[in-house]
Amino acid sequence: MRRHDHEGLLRALLGPEGPQLTCEECFEQLDRYVELELAGSDADKAVPGMRAHLEGCPACHGDHESLRTFVRSEPRPHEGEAR
Amino acid sequence: MTQAPAVSVKNLESGSGVGEKSAHPDVPDAESRAWVAALRADGPRRDRAVAELHELMLRAASFEVRRRGSAFPHLRGGDLDDLAMQSADDALMALLGKIDDYRGASRFTTWAYKFALLEAAVNVRRRAWQGRELPLEPETWELFGGSDGSSPQAAAEQGELFGELGTAIAEQLTPHQREVLVAITLNDVPIDVLADRLNTTRGALYKTLHDARQKLRGHLADRGMRIGAETAGEAR
Repeated sequence: MRRHDHEGLLRALLGPEGPQLTCEECFEQLDRYVELELAGSDADKAVPGMRAHLEGCPACHGDHESLRTFVRSEPRPHEGEAR
Repeated sequence: MTQAPAVSVKNLESGSGVGEKSAHPDVPDAESRAWVAALRADGPRRDRAVAELHELMLRAASFEVRRRGSAFPHLRGGDLDDLAMQSADDALMALLGKIDDYRGASRFTTWAYKFALLEAAVNVRRRAWQGRELPLEPETWELFGGSDGSSPQAAAEQGELFGELGTAIAEQLTPHQREVLVAITLNDVPIDVLADRLNTTRGALYKTLHDARQKLRGHLADRGMRIGAETAGEAR
C-alpha cells in the first residue's frame, strides 16, 4: 500500500468538492480543454466540472497530462509543413 | 515518385491559414476539414489519409508507452514497440468509427491524439498488471491513526477524523463501494485494470467511487467534522 501523508490521504478518500464531469464527458471534452489551456484561455470556465473530475479520477488525470504534454511538444501547425 | 500529401489544405480557402483556429469554436479549421474530407473520401485518397493518420497516432502512442512504461521496468523495448503499434491500430479503428462525432471543437490532430494516448495508457497498465493479484483490501487500517507531526490538538483532531473515516468505510459503504475505494485510492490499482477484472467500465467504477466518497463526506458532515478549512457539510 502506498504511504500517504494525511492531506493526500484525505484528498484521495474524499475526492474533490462540487459537481464534476463523468469519465465519458471528460474524454469528450479533453481535446478542447487542453487546447484552451495551451492557448491561455480560461479552460475551467469553458468546461465546468472538468477540473474537479481531473482531481478525482487518477486515470483521466493521467490522460489530461499526457495530451497536454504531447500537444505542447508537437510543432505548432504554422511552424510545420502544410499538410 | 513522390506522392502529394493525402491531406492538403493549400488553396482550399483564401484567407484561411493552415492550422489557423476557426473564429467559431465549433467550426473546424481548414486543416481539420481537409482531414475529415480525406477520411470520408473513397479510394487512394482515403487510403493515404488513413496511413498518414496511423503514422500520427503511432507517434502519440509511442510517446505514451515510453512515458508510462518507464514505471514498469519489466516491460522491455520490444514489448513497448508492440504495445505502441497495437494501441495505434486500435485507436485508429476507434477514431474511424467516430469520425461523424468530430465537431471541430479542437484541431483534428488533437482530437486524434487523445484516442491514441488513451489506448496506449490503458494497454500499458493492462500489460503491467497482467497476472498480478489485485489488492482489494487495505494491508492495514493503521494508516487511519497516528500523527503527522502536528500539534497535539491537531493530531487528536486528525486521529478522530481518520477514526470516523475508518468507521464509515467499514460500516457505511457497500462491499462493492469499499472494494473500489480501497483498490483505487489506497492500493493504487489503476481504474481500467480494476474495470477489466470486474467486467465493467472506467466510467461505471468512477461513479461507484464518487458515490462512496459522497457517503464518507456525509458521514463526517453528520458529525460536524472539519475537512481542512471547511466542514464536511459545506463540502457536500
